[in-house]
Amino acid sequence: MSGRRYRVQEAGRPAEFPPEAKARIEKILARYPTKQAALLPVLWVAQETWGWISKEAAEEVARVLELSPAHVDGVLTFYTMYNLRPVGKNLLQFCTSISCHLAGAGRLMEHCRARLGVDLEQTTPDGKFTVVEVECIAGCDRAPSMMVNDAYHEPMDERKLDALLDRLSGEA
Amino acid sequence: MGERVLLARVGRKDSRSIASYLEDGGYRALRTVLTAGWTPEKLTDEVKKSGLRGRGGAGFPTGVKWTFVPKDTKGKPVYLLCNADESEPGTFKDRLLMEEDPHQVLEGVILSSYAIRCRNAYIYIRGEFFLGARVLDRALEEAYANGFLGENILGSGYSLDVTVHRGAGAYICGEETGLIESLEGKRGQPRIKPPFPAVWGVFGAPTIVNNVETLACVVHIVNRGAEWFAKIGRNEKNTGPKLYCLSGHVNRPGVYEAPMGLPMKELLFGADFGQGMKDSKRVKAVIPGGASAAMLTAEEIEDCPLDFDGLAAKKSMLGSAAIIVMNEETCIVDAARNLAKFFSHESCGQCTPCREGTPWLHRVLTRIETGEGRLEDIDLLEKISNQMANGMTICVFADAAIAPVLSSVGKFRDEFRHHVENKRCLVGRGSARPELATA
Repeated sequence: MSGRRYRVQEAGRPAEFPPEAKARIEKILARYPTKQAALLPVLWVAQETWGWISKEAAEEVARVLELSPAHVDGVLTFYTMYNLRPVGKNLLQFCTSISCHLAGAGRLMEHCRARLGVDLEQTTPDGKFTVVEVECIAGCDRAPSMMVNDAYHEPMDERKLDALLDRLSGEA
Repeated sequence: MGERVLLARVGRKDSRSIASYLEDGGYRALRTVLTAGWTPEKLTDEVKKSGLRGRGGAGFPTGVKWTFVPKDTKGKPVYLLCNADESEPGTFKDRLLMEEDPHQVLEGVILSSYAIRCRNAYIYIRGEFFLGARVLDRALEEAYANGFLGENILGSGYSLDVTVHRGAGAYICGEETGLIESLEGKRGQPRIKPPFPAVWGVFGAPTIVNNVETLACVVHIVNRGAEWFAKIGRNEKNTGPKLYCLSGHVNRPGVYEAPMGLPMKELLFGADFGQGMKDSKRVKAVIPGGASAAMLTAEEIEDCPLDFDGLAAKKSMLGSAAIIVMNEETCIVDAARNLAKFFSHESCGQCTPCREGTPWLHRVLTRIETGEGRLEDIDLLEKISNQMANGMTICVFADAAIAPVLSSVGKFRDEFRHHVENKRCLVGRGSARPELATA
């Protein structure tokens, strides 16, 4: 993916899971025979807690699960959905795999980028939007498909996208 | 359109709730197996007799796979992993099953777990399926509350826990040993086989990995019998109802259920299915089984049953039954470049031929597409491909990556040549890169 950086970044402040996250982690651990197996779910908890996973957050995950920070970094950077730096309030994920590509996904993503004035993987100055390109998200029958954070918006076109961006821009 | 089995409840009001599932006869199969004296062996035999083959891509006989779990596990637990990592470009059937009828999937998971004497099962669902994971988690709660999960299910003495485990964005985790590694909290890099997962899988224990649709089929095999299932389809090696994912340049893309062996033309043009090509354009090429399957030409789809052997006979594959249709205005070079981009991005990086070969293919295809290609690049694509696969790597990802390249170069060579010689597209206006077409 263009522009993606595979390095875990520092937040500059220590990370400690808040009590409700700790309670969730306890529940997660009970479902697995090893602590390491809880790594992906606990990284999800970290991302939901802080919005992205900093070096300090990764170290906290490593400490909680009794893993080496190097192992956690290796896993963290393998999977594309963990944010290795802060992202905008709305993560705009454009699928450009074959079925969406055939339906003009590339042009749609360009339109979005141009309108927001950002490159891929970049966040608008107001912190509202980050645009990323993703591989097939199983929305091929409603191509071009896209996701905003955890929700699908499909099929998408320029007019609908403009309306969606207008709405999201207006939100606090 | 024939009877809908797997999709029977899709579109029903409140289809996600256990109340509606029970109303429609849900968990009857589980009751039958657990309270009418079915042994795990009897269930396995039924599934074997049904001819059910895995719906995830490889098409391995499910019941036979189950028998690979050693009789004596030397005290180790046995795991069932439901592969819900649906990531093959063009595939979106499992998403529908999980989002719309989660209890059908869950009942299949419980039955199959019983067949292999599994105490803890995991549903490994791709990270992007936030909704699917929430729906399944809710369904799990309901199943526990109704005594279909947990200790001593329906008083049978059989106990099972099921956990939804979310991935985080990695195509390779759909490969069964990549999935296992990922579930263990590692990078999803496939393992060298043997040992096979049935002997040494997750946490070093015997493990069976089955696809969502495969597991859903088990429910109906129990309810209606192996003979009923085996009679559906073109022959005894290609049985049962099947979900087809239709996308691309057709009038009505979507998930369609039909007996295994549905003719490709029927899926594309049938009134109950795709309803023909958008804007009445002609078919140029069809990918029949997801990005990993060799492309077929318009001539090749004329007589093409959509099942395992029908597509193997065309030197392609049914794969995940993702049928992607490209019309006459599609630039094949551009389509191949798009597919190569996917594989280049998703290679896990542990085997050199794949790690280096996939971006190389993408670079060569990009320069042909953008008018900077050389004639020898066309041969180069074949040469690179032939050095990547056929046992040069740990898993079959590289074999998948070269299928679209070799098939497109092999079947549309003139178009590649035209691209190089004229530095523009053969297809003219309406191509995926109009700026090149008009250059």
